[in-house]
Amino acid sequence: MAVELYLDLFSQPCRSVFMFAKKNNIPFEFKKVSLMDGEHYGDDFGKISIIRKVPALRDGDFCLSESIAIMVYLAEKFQTPDFWYPADLQQRARVNEYLSWQHTAIRMQGSKMFWLRLMIPKMIGMEVPKEKMDGALEDLNNSLNLIEEKFLQDRPFIVGDRMSLADLVAIVEIMQPLGAGLDVFDGRPRLSSWRDRVRTFIGEELFDEAHQNILGAQEGLKQIDPSKLELFKPKILRLFL
Amino acid sequence: MELYLDLVSPPCRAVYLFAEALKIPFEFKLVDLSAGQQYSEEFGKLSVVKKVPVLKDGSFVLTESTAILEYLVQKCSVADHWFPADLQQRARVNEYLSWQHLNLRSHCSKVFLLRTLYPFVMGSEVPKEKMDAAVEDMKQSLNLLEEKFLQNKPFIVGNKISLADLVAMVEIMQPLGTGVDGFQGRPKLMAWRDRVKKELGEKLFDKTHEAVLNSSGLQQKMQNNSELQKLKPLFIKYFR
Repeated sequence: MAVELYLDLFSQPCRSVFMFAKKNNIPFEFKKVSLMDGEHYGDDFGKISIIRKVPALRDGDFCLSESIAIMVYLAEKFQTPDFWYPADLQQRARVNEYLSWQHTAIRMQGSKMFWLRLMIPKMIGMEVPKEKMDGALEDLNNSLNLIEEKFLQDRPFIVGDRMSLADLVAIVEIMQPLGAGLDVFDGRPRLSSWRDRVRTFIGEELFDEAHQNILGAQEGLKQIDPSKLELFKPKILRLFL
Repeated sequence: MELYLDLVSPPCRAVYLFAEALKIPFEFKLVDLSAGQQYSEEFGKLSVVKKVPVLKDGSFVLTESTAILEYLVQKCSVADHWFPADLQQRARVNEYLSWQHLNLRSHCSKVFLLRTLYPFVMGSEVPKEKMDAAVEDMKQSLNLLEEKFLQNKPFIVGNKISLADLVAMVEIMQPLGTGVDGFQGRPKLMAWRDRVKKELGEKLFDKTHEAVLNSSGLQQKMQNNSELQKLKPLFIKYFR
């Protein structure tokens, strides 16, 4: 029985898992969980993950959540090439360091921009206060600065010459605000050329396939019925406003 | 090996407890957060992120407590149960360590910061609504800790303590001194806490938590520190 991956490519961590599995030719069954339709709150998905978040993995009767745990599990189980999660003590530490830092430093900020610029205005029918936007943008820029100054520096990839889980997890988060029309690569040549290298390494077709939904978000949302978003309102408003 | 720490910080406590309990030799380098030392020029040269904990092993400098813990596990060849080699067990530890950043850690920290830092930075008491929301979030995380991660097992992964329990415990301890007791009304968590304390050593555990449990002492210290007063604007971002 193949591994099942419960995904929605609107979600950044889902994209990492998707690209990782595909790039490494890991056989899996794509189980779509439509976040916009609230499928993560359904009974079926609740049996897979009580946390009710994507991505989730099911391997036989073993269920696992958290994209990083999932990718490390797949890397080990399917013996993917060393560069993804190097065995070397210091190199692995560098990957772990990024994977830890990013949760609060870039994941939150990239997500926030997407919600503040696109989803929340759609939900409440008006723009978010300038102060909030400016604050969020400042936080995002500070994080992007740190990515360039500390994690990337003059290296082709975060850990060195080859791509690792760190770059895979970084890229999907940085792509998220693009879906809301904010080009974070603008004025950042170092980050742009890193993105190009990552896209080439993963494979342009796979990279673009993974990002199709998020990059089409602005268009897609024009058609959406705002009442669909009611489900998320209380949680999101509290989280981001 | 040097560890740059302030035991008021939960991730610092996790690293400290691990190193001490496993008798890993290190030099304790204090970075006094309530004096704003993380913003000093000197510390900035060590780590541009300006946070603790930091490990320095020869010329190798590493931040992020979970990365530091895994580095120590790998380097010092500790007992397997801390970070099991078994595929599924390890996945369970990784799952917890990943989840906790934006859940238990984030929520317990927020309660702590609202109680201790907010009045200092904003010059007024925390609005009730804000405090209630933070406590509710913490409650939800504790529910998930019990229902998903611990369930009816002695420890998160099973019969033995792992990095997951250590990292969880220090976070729940954080707001305790400010009057928010995450263990209250949760006998399962209390029993788990006692087991974890026993594994680490009760004296060590209590000593490590002394500073953070002395909430009024901390607040006094902040008020009296002129350097910290200057740094107020930097802290506002926590509450935005």
